[in-house]
Amino acid sequence: MWQSLFTELQHHGFTVLAVALDQPEAARPWIEAAAPGYPCLIDRDHHVADLYHLVNVPQALWIDEQGRIVRPPGTAGSTDAFRAMDRKTFSFPEAALAERARVKATYFDAVRDWARHGPASVHALSEAQAAARLGPPPDAVAEAHARFRLGQHLLRQGQADEARVLMAEATRLHPDSWAMWRQAADKDARGLASGPEFWARVDALGARPYYAPVDVGSASS
Amino acid sequence: MITVLHEQRETQWPDAAAEGDALWLDADAVASATGWTWKPEGLCQGDTCVPLPRARGAGTAEGTPPSLPVVREGRLDLAAMWRHSGQPVVRDAASRTWVLGTGAAQRGAALATLQAPDFTLPDLEGRPHTLSAFRGRKVFLATWASW
Repeated sequence: MWQSLFTELQHHGFTVLAVALDQPEAARPWIEAAAPGYPCLIDRDHHVADLYHLVNVPQALWIDEQGRIVRPPGTAGSTDAFRAMDRKTFSFPEAALAERARVKATYFDAVRDWARHGPASVHALSEAQAAARLGPPPDAVAEAHARFRLGQHLLRQGQADEARVLMAEATRLHPDSWAMWRQAADKDARGLASGPEFWARVDALGARPYYAPVDVGSASS
Repeated sequence: MITVLHEQRETQWPDAAAEGDALWLDADAVASATGWTWKPEGLCQGDTCVPLPRARGAGTAEGTPPSLPVVREGRLDLAAMWRHSGQPVVRDAASRTWVLGTGAAQRGAALATLQAPDFTLPDLEGRPHTLSAFRGRKVFLATWASW
């Protein structure tokens, strides 16, 4: 997914670190098919989501050479275009496809600019700007992650029924996390949690986004 | 046998005792399970110490200190201490597995420094990768999933 960025920018002191909020057996075929040149980590307990208050994929954050966050977590080039899909024919309106391509190109261009220019890039935030966008998560989010962690552990121990209860509690406490919900949801033959229950949850968003838009237009935005 | 999960640690304690909401561990177990050190002044990591809850009662005339509600016979009720610091404690129905989560305030304080919280995760072959090992390079840390 990020191979083009990595190939183009790896000699500019830049790397991609991909983290699958996923189970190894489910992630394996995707990684083997893509065979990316950058490290692909497996985070079966969604620990990185807990550390950085992530709620969906793909989300990304930018970290500079000193280990400092210069762009807090945000949607990494995806849009809600999928919500405009015709659910019978799986076709998309032209405008939605065009918007999806535009948003992705804008985001990738911003990453390229930052990789090449570092703090001089208009897309790298100042400390004050980055800090202003990094508030503490609600207490319920920490409670949700503790339950998710225990649920994943019990699942591996074969205690599926108790695990399911804990996953449901985690989603109840942290309803904004699509990562928790989809990880725990029933999957179709393709491994996707995209059945009627998924679409009902998406529809319930109403005017709220599934992928929160990110403005990387300039640092002052 | 009691399993304690904290951050990426998973440790097992044959001598730990679970009683209702209480989880009793000795000092060595506390340190190994959490990375925090149990000292007279509290639970400490680096320069940070979280004081133990105030003792109930005034002690005895013989100079015996008052008993701390979270300390008993050389063990600490780590679960009570954890809740006291405002952090999540979750256990399974059998009280055999305990998660000591990290609180939202603690997560928020870490992020507010802008230093990216560190982690180590395996790739498909089980090789560990640590975020901080990429110092000196810009890191585009990106999530994805098959689901």
